[in-house]
Amino acid sequence: MVFRTIAELVERCQTENKTISEVMIVTEIKESGKSREEVWKLMEKNLVIMEEAVQRGLADADRSRSGLTGGDAVLLQRYRKNKQPLSGDLLLDAVSKSVATNEVNAKMGVICASPTAGACGIVPGTLFAVAPKRQATREQMIRYLFTAGAIGLVIANNAFISGAAGGCQAEVGSATAMAAAAMVEMVGGTAEQSAQAVAISLKNMLGLVCDPVAGLVEVPCVKRNAMGAAIAMTAADMALAGIKSAIPVDEVIDAMYRVGTAMPSTLRETALGGLAATPTGKELERRIFGSPEE
Amino acid sequence: MKYRSVFDIIGPIMIGPSSSHTAGAVRIGLLGRNLFGRLPKKADILLFGSFAKTYKGHGTDIAIIGGILGFSTDDKRLTESYEIAKQAGVEIVIRVSDETPDHPNTAMITLSDDKAQMSVQGISHGGGKVEVSQINDYPVQLSGEFPAILILHQEQSEVMTAVTQILTEQKVKIKHLEMANREKNAPTLTIIETDQPIQDKVLHKMESLDSIEKVVRLEPIS
Repeated sequence: MVFRTIAELVERCQTENKTISEVMIVTEIKESGKSREEVWKLMEKNLVIMEEAVQRGLADADRSRSGLTGGDAVLLQRYRKNKQPLSGDLLLDAVSKSVATNEVNAKMGVICASPTAGACGIVPGTLFAVAPKRQATREQMIRYLFTAGAIGLVIANNAFISGAAGGCQAEVGSATAMAAAAMVEMVGGTAEQSAQAVAISLKNMLGLVCDPVAGLVEVPCVKRNAMGAAIAMTAADMALAGIKSAIPVDEVIDAMYRVGTAMPSTLRETALGGLAATPTGKELERRIFGSPEE
Repeated sequence: MKYRSVFDIIGPIMIGPSSSHTAGAVRIGLLGRNLFGRLPKKADILLFGSFAKTYKGHGTDIAIIGGILGFSTDDKRLTESYEIAKQAGVEIVIRVSDETPDHPNTAMITLSDDKAQMSVQGISHGGGKVEVSQINDYPVQLSGEFPAILILHQEQSEVMTAVTQILTEQKVKIKHLEMANREKNAPTLTIIETDQPIQDKVLHKMESLDSIEKVVRLEPIS
């Protein structure tokens, strides 16, 4: 049976003495009827695609077709090399790799949705920053994606993961929570600490609306992928420090659901509200499409 | 629970920019094509809600056409789907609706050629996950993740007994069975999701049964 809540997932980890990634792998084998090897290979393929997208994004400073985004990952990497970042080198590495992936997405390049394309930078961005720093093995990197996926499954089944259904909190919010939990496991934290990281990160994403300029997955999506990576790392550190969320994680997910259903449709990926409806947002839309979309 | 696989969350591998509005749209187009059974001569695509508002930005139209042409979510030819459709002689009509749909990401695809016409309504849940919510006038719930057969028949329980018997003989397991009704006296649409692809001979056996009007086989989408 697929675990319904994070509490159930953590309990299974504790009683079976397993990591979140292992519970996810075992569940996937049972649900799909595939062998462990098949499931592992499929996830490895996703990892390879993510790696290629990060590398392409870091090397390619071209703008997207619309001209709205592109080149920010390269700027960040240059800044990291030449200056003393305020926030920390590892954090900026994660942010730049998250941006790199999302810029490739905006260019209609090949990416792996995690959980969606609009939020596809955060999980690989944090992964490809933290893994080399902590000398993680290829196996640990694949496990990272299973852990992230386990958290995403619970959120998807109890709330939503698309901006059209629940706003950006459902997309970038979910990706941030997934990355935070996976980072905790990768550096040796407990399943309970992963759950705390989910609660802490998702709380800080509540209410975030989906308001893409001209309906394109570019502005503000690329920069929200940047901040998602930053929040995920901070939340993971807080959880590893032993900080606990006052509101239990499953109630935070439920709150995200209720906030999302209360959002007007103008703030759910219709390009009719928020940043999309600003004078500059409208002007950019006119410049790209000739006239505002009807 | 709607999401059962970790690969619903990590994945699909796809051409950007949106899992719901691009990858999901490809899959809706592909399901439409698979249900129709071949490349149509004409595709009329009606978009609702967020699809209608933002399709240009997400390439939702390009993606649905790509699906109708048989492309998968990571096929690099997707960006050229308008031109490829033209070369293949498929007439494309894109329309938007003002109606507020039940789900914000909804598309109604009507595929036709000289022999047949079929309307398929699809919704995109996010992360590339989709569902067929209506076929012609029948309300359905079909993920397209498993092989399936769709049977249009008069409402007679003997028909279903015969159908399940044919499946049992061929050692095909039923994963899910659903019956949809349109109106009184109209034929019933029964959808059977199975654990394995349906062979031709199974299809022919079912087609030969009395009171079965039509049998359609659906290939699962990856």
